[in-house]
Amino acid sequence: MDRSAVIERLKAIVGGAYVSDAAEELYIYSRDQGVQDPHLPDWVAMPASTGEVASILELASREKIPVVPMGGGLVLSGLSVPLRGGIVLDMKRMNRILEVNEHSHYAVVEAGTSQGMLDAYLRKHHPGLKHSLPDAPPAATIAGNIAIHGSGHLSQSEGGFHSEMVTGLEVVLSTGEVVKLGSCSTVPAWFSRAPLPDLVGLFLGWNGTTGVITKVGIKLFPRPKFHDVLVYMTEDIDLAPMVLNRVIATSMAEDINYALAPKPDYLNGFQMTVINYTANSEDELIFKRKKLRSVLQDLYETRQSGFMPIPPHMKAGFLEAPQKALSKFADVRKGGGFEYVGAIMPIERIPDACRAGMEITERHAITYSLGARIIGRGSCAMFFFAYPFNRVDKGEVERVKEALEETNETALRLGGIPWKTEVQGQRLILERMDPATKGLMRRIRGVLDPQGIMNPGNWEVT
Amino acid sequence: MMDSAYRDILHRCFRCGWCKFPLNYTDFNCPAYLKYRFESFSSGGRMWLIRAWQEGEITPSERLSQILFSCVTCRNCVEACAMPGIKDSLVDLFIEARADMVERGTIPPLVRDYFKAISVGGNPYRLPAQDRAKWSCGLGLERYQGQEYLFYVGDEGAFDELGQHMARSVALLLRRSGVSFGILGSDELTDGNDVHALGEKGLAEYLARQNIELMQELGVKKVITLSPHAFHAMRNRYPLHGSTAAVYHYTQILQPLVARLAPVLQGERVVTYHDPCYLGRWNGEYRAPRAILKSVKGLKSVEMDRSMQNALCCGGGGGNFFTDMLGTGPDLAARARVREALATGADTIAVACPQCYRMLADAVRDEGAQEKVRVCELTEIVAEAVPA
Repeated sequence: MDRSAVIERLKAIVGGAYVSDAAEELYIYSRDQGVQDPHLPDWVAMPASTGEVASILELASREKIPVVPMGGGLVLSGLSVPLRGGIVLDMKRMNRILEVNEHSHYAVVEAGTSQGMLDAYLRKHHPGLKHSLPDAPPAATIAGNIAIHGSGHLSQSEGGFHSEMVTGLEVVLSTGEVVKLGSCSTVPAWFSRAPLPDLVGLFLGWNGTTGVITKVGIKLFPRPKFHDVLVYMTEDIDLAPMVLNRVIATSMAEDINYALAPKPDYLNGFQMTVINYTANSEDELIFKRKKLRSVLQDLYETRQSGFMPIPPHMKAGFLEAPQKALSKFADVRKGGGFEYVGAIMPIERIPDACRAGMEITERHAITYSLGARIIGRGSCAMFFFAYPFNRVDKGEVERVKEALEETNETALRLGGIPWKTEVQGQRLILERMDPATKGLMRRIRGVLDPQGIMNPGNWEVT
Repeated sequence: MMDSAYRDILHRCFRCGWCKFPLNYTDFNCPAYLKYRFESFSSGGRMWLIRAWQEGEITPSERLSQILFSCVTCRNCVEACAMPGIKDSLVDLFIEARADMVERGTIPPLVRDYFKAISVGGNPYRLPAQDRAKWSCGLGLERYQGQEYLFYVGDEGAFDELGQHMARSVALLLRRSGVSFGILGSDELTDGNDVHALGEKGLAEYLARQNIELMQELGVKKVITLSPHAFHAMRNRYPLHGSTAAVYHYTQILQPLVARLAPVLQGERVVTYHDPCYLGRWNGEYRAPRAILKSVKGLKSVEMDRSMQNALCCGGGGGNFFTDMLGTGPDLAARARVREALATGADTIAVACPQCYRMLADAVRDEGAQEKVRVCELTEIVAEAVPA
């Protein structure tokens, strides 16, 4: 089938207005906000239903055309950039919120539903419930985020990575077959992945190489009425694991983040532990505040550290979710860009990761923001090494790219694993992976994507 | 070539997508993105494409023109953008890029025809200038001759059927409220706001200077505009060309006066007010229209999910009212806005802009919602509630 026949077929599937091979769309969909090289797609298509996704995959499978699903397109590491051309599936027309179960605390959404829209919908229609919001902008999608093992403001207190909060999936396989996973495969409800054989994991963390997620069941959690924040400051990097563990042990912190950055100047050298906590009453909030402060009292009494007084404008920023501050970080260099390695690692490696991050940035003459979010009540942390850059400064872009590669290696050396990493990082992981695990991955890919059309170039086990 | 002040910030857009949403994330709030859905039609996509074009990575094309000229200049992106270093410049930058396209002669035919109609015939409706006065026939309104205010109705007030209806209603309520004003009738000229928004800065400046000269000849000190678009141009752009007249939108003049008329509605009416972008986000006037509604007894006012600085544009701004770059279909902003209004349970959508009036009235028809909701201009609601 020649190119013109493919586009005509795509138009027949999704409608003429929602397919493009114009230079403008090919340009935009060939790159993300990070420093990875662009790769042009041949077509961009925007399906509005599972049926349309299935028809596109049937076509792609028949014609051996690569297919790259894309949600918010905010991953920064090029995972939705079509490395071998083909069709980029922009999923954001599929953005309906299909169900909210107030009693069993889950929502079912189409894959293109954004974090912001689900949050707004819950605030209006189910004000007692919320989902775990990532720090990404509100345009990030629910499906995209769970597919990359994202984390968010409830990952500390309510069950870990967002992929662990998935209660079910609907997925279109490379052949066009539609499969349901979790309780929805057996009964008409999306409450749980248990007690069935858990197939959901076949589509989480695989970067779209095993199928296209079209619907997601996601856990919801109570939304307490009161919310406040404490910020604990210390200059001693080695205190971090102890501070974090003491806070975790209270079981009173909803979200715990740790951060250090060279700017503003007066905070250079300090590390902040940002403790968000919530309550259903003023009394409960006060009780939690006292308890959280008390577990660190001996440290601030010896003046090794202390709680920062938080001015109102700063507090609003700490309480905001999603946070605009993270997008603003992209303009630290007045250049509209930042990249980061998010490494999932043990909490005790945080001090070493901080030191390594500072050394790497010094060596590459770039600036940084370093930090971590605690996951799953302390089972691990998502440590970020974030490097802003000026998009027009080619030298700086190159230095950030080199720093990223070195950071990936460092994260692995420290006992962590780079998260949602670009192809180069995936190769580093695969080099260290148990051969039997790699073999299993290869066999699974062979079964689920026999034509090799699903986001080719990613997770390629050679 | 674009002005360097704008070229130098193009690369600072991260394309994070905040610009697609209102501040409360309810739904997509950028009319062009809502309609087309490709990333290229979001403000961030537009930023990246303008940069690619200016840097020679892509060449001007029909598609690029469509992307640039489908922006309705509603300033939702300015409100929502996370980047303090660029947010205030976003829409001005898009207008600057359009101006570059105008200079290079690569504009869409619909835009070209709009400019041609204004250049040749003095208005976008291609109607004779003497027809400008028709809206006021039979009202007995005075020509401007030194009254306190000049009442300027603009192209839509003069030529659009709903705009004419609105101009008459506003004029009658101004008179009834005791406001001293005169009109220009067939001597009115296009205000040029949308000409500027579409990037024809030279023509916009010419129109501004013509209007300023006319007003200064007549000794006009204060102007009341029917349209928020004219209000914006005369208030914010005309002073750059020497105008010293004080400019008001009619809601600002009527707001303190309407209560004195003691408006009372017969029976309950549920009204939701639609903020026009050029009154709200561009000029920060959210209070006066709501105060007018509040003064009407028997009227229940309800807000849509997206109101005030979060309001969804009707899709008519930035010249799209005349150029129709957004075309048709259920994802048009005006139709989405009608669905949002219906969700409030309102039986009336109140408007304060002749462009919004037409856009939303047509959308009510396209949604098949004529039996459920009607679009009314604010003074029409007041007039129904004031004893004759």
